[in-house]
Amino acid sequence: MTPLAGCLLVSALLFSIGLAGALTRRNAILVLAGIELMLNAGNLNFIAFWRFGPHPEFLTGMMFVIFSIAVAAAEAAVGLALILAIYRHAHTSDVSEITEMKG
Amino acid sequence: MGMTVSFLILAIMTLAGGVAAMTLRRLVHCALALAVAFAGLAALYLNLGAEFAGLAQLLVYVGAIAILIVFAILLTPTRAAGEEAGLQKAFSPAGLGGALLALAVFAVLAWAVVTSSVARQPGAEAAPSASMQEIGLALMQRYVLPLEVIALMLTAAMIGAVILAMKEKRTGAGSGQSPELRA
Repeated sequence: MTPLAGCLLVSALLFSIGLAGALTRRNAILVLAGIELMLNAGNLNFIAFWRFGPHPEFLTGMMFVIFSIAVAAAEAAVGLALILAIYRHAHTSDVSEITEMKG
Repeated sequence: MGMTVSFLILAIMTLAGGVAAMTLRRLVHCALALAVAFAGLAALYLNLGAEFAGLAQLLVYVGAIAILIVFAILLTPTRAAGEEAGLQKAFSPAGLGGALLALAVFAVLAWAVVTSSVARQPGAEAAPSASMQEIGLALMQRYVLPLEVIALMLTAAMIGAVILAMKEKRTGAGSGQSPELRA
């Protein structure tokens, strides 16, 4: 197996772990953690393609990872603030108990 | 050339951290396992020759986001002292469905990786150069517009997060705050 395929497989596994966590955990904070893991799996793909791809001198994958880390940081800050606001309102961070908007 | 031993060790560390973060029962343990997974990813970036991305990952994820998650866990205590009901009950339909869906996604991704012709090309042996100087020049010349946009977006996100997490003011409620907010 080539190194690129190894990186892509690790990234796919990490993405599935994050997806399983985001789908099955009931605490909103851990759902957010699962989403962060999925974002990181995407970043690992960018780095792998930059490292083993045809034109590394343009630094495209590297730039994408830097901007993606910035976006993920903003997302985590806003997400955790939202969870705090919901917790203050509903006194729980369990996503299966917050059913006010259920039709 | 196959994968190096260091890559395998770091990959196993990252994946073990990820699995632990998604399966442990105590939330604080989950946050610490998540920090291990992020640190493993940073080491993987360094291993692949992306020093700047690895150090940025270490600073932002291990330094900031993991700590932010710990703060959020401590600020939202659940009934059983930081313990939640873990995964949905081992074989509940929802938990099983989520795990099966993730497994299906992994099967499709792995099939795509294994059968693609791109993954069979050997790629460059030596790590491409990405010095701080080159990254700085690229950020200041070619990618200057995205850099400014991301700066604006980070500012907006921070202001938004502060406004969201601020205490709500109840208008027209007389005392201004509800009793449980004052506590």
